[in-house]
Amino acid sequence: MRFKYVLNEVMVGLWRNVTMTIAMIITMAVSLTLLGASLLLYRQVERMQTVYSQDVEVTMFFQVGDTPETKFATEEQKEAIEAALRADSTGANPLVASFEFETKEQARDKFALLFSSTPDLVALTRTEDLPESYRVKLVDPNRYNEFEAKYERFVSPEGGLELILDQKKLLERVFDVLGSLQSLALIISVVQGVAALMLVINTIQVAAYSKRREVAVMKLVGASNWFIQAPFVLEAVAAGIIGALIAYGTLVLAKIYIFDGALAPLAQVITEVPWGNVHLMFPILAFAGAAVSSVTGWFALRFYIKV
Amino acid sequence: MVLASLTRRVDFRPVIALEHVTKTYPKAQRPSLNDVSVAIDKGEFVFFIGPSGSGKSTIVKLLLREIQPNKGKIMVNGREVGGMRSWRIPHFRRSIGCVFQDFRLLPNRTAYENVAFALEVIGKTQAVARRVVPEVLELVGLGGKEHRYPQELSGGEQQRVAVARAFVNRPLILLADEPTGNLDPDTSIEIMRLLDRINRTGTTVVMVTHDSNIVNQMRRRVVEIESGKIVRDQPRGVYG
Repeated sequence: MRFKYVLNEVMVGLWRNVTMTIAMIITMAVSLTLLGASLLLYRQVERMQTVYSQDVEVTMFFQVGDTPETKFATEEQKEAIEAALRADSTGANPLVASFEFETKEQARDKFALLFSSTPDLVALTRTEDLPESYRVKLVDPNRYNEFEAKYERFVSPEGGLELILDQKKLLERVFDVLGSLQSLALIISVVQGVAALMLVINTIQVAAYSKRREVAVMKLVGASNWFIQAPFVLEAVAAGIIGALIAYGTLVLAKIYIFDGALAPLAQVITEVPWGNVHLMFPILAFAGAAVSSVTGWFALRFYIKV
Repeated sequence: MVLASLTRRVDFRPVIALEHVTKTYPKAQRPSLNDVSVAIDKGEFVFFIGPSGSGKSTIVKLLLREIQPNKGKIMVNGREVGGMRSWRIPHFRRSIGCVFQDFRLLPNRTAYENVAFALEVIGKTQAVARRVVPEVLELVGLGGKEHRYPQELSGGEQQRVAVARAFVNRPLILLADEPTGNLDPDTSIEIMRLLDRINRTGTTVVMVTHDSNIVNQMRRRVVEIESGKIVRDQPRGVYG
């Protein structure tokens, strides 16, 4: 009976001030969507880090000799580097996990694959213009500096290397971009969240005012505090949960139309966003929406409905 | 069982006791109540009289624990009200019924619903309400008008609904703050008859008023307050 009463009060409360309720739900939904997006990005970066850390490589490009000052790397130079790499992949604390020589032809195949969308460029590029390289996997990608210090000396006309490239550094720039996107989403989420909270406070204020006679009588006849306050708080909680539902729906649509739609060609780089992560957002957002609005509602009521 | 009822009969502890109570509102020049002591026994009918601003209504607020005294103790039914924890207040208020000058009915609810509301919000079932509410409406003389809204009732009838609402939980004490303030003399007398009838059921009635006619007719205990002090406490008194 009391449950039915409280539920009825919540429905009446949401309808009484329906424009404010809608505003509250929309801001709540925007805030929670961005919170969800930020959490997804965070998990995505983590995921990318584990995926990439397995195949992150250091590439040592040999000179291609396309200018008079430079020349093609000689067999002696290649052997010297290979000997150094071999030495580093053995011993008590090896630096190098594995390494592989990539010929001009292999480089050409990769290039053709990478630029398959621009066949003219592929046609114009001669195999001999592409550098030979060593693809090196480090035991620990974080020890790149150590590796660089050792092999820097080969980056010279005498050593035969053009440059040493750490893929991890490139990836870190991608992660930086994703990281700042995540922070941006989080900041907007917090700002919107504050706006949502103010709307919660205002809605409760209006609700408390329009029900002031009932509240006065309830206090007079000795209704318990929770019984007086529950309908107001549940009103805010209901708005929070509806907001979370909308936010979850938005994330599902984003997954379908943005990540699996427009951004599908980039799936190789940014890795796929798993459905599990998207679905996980619903309970998290619902909890965040409900918890934040109920706590705010409760405190707002302390202020407007004194015992 | 027999012993229990015997000890209750010889229980002389007053149901309401103010002991050296002083209440000064913030920003006020002088106290509204100044070192007031008064004891009211179970089943008594007491008038608090005095001019406006004498501190009568402060007593009602103190008894309801809407405000707290600066000094002194307020005992209701053997419990100290002043130091009561705030979460205990709702339950405590269920032992006190309240009637005001402005009725304080809910305009969007019928007479029946107004009375039932008081039961509903303290957790009584609708079955209980269906049994008790018609009974108490009958008692206050509103049988047959259960489904009227407050604006369809006269002032006296509205006050009867308020009394029914105050009494429906069978409180120990009925507080009436100027209950006849908005009513004409004839209607006022009807309300007084009603309060008298409620008093005869054993309910302690405390009424704050400055209606001299009523006080003179009823011939009950009169406590007169002036400038926050008790200046007269007389059994079977008149307005003076």
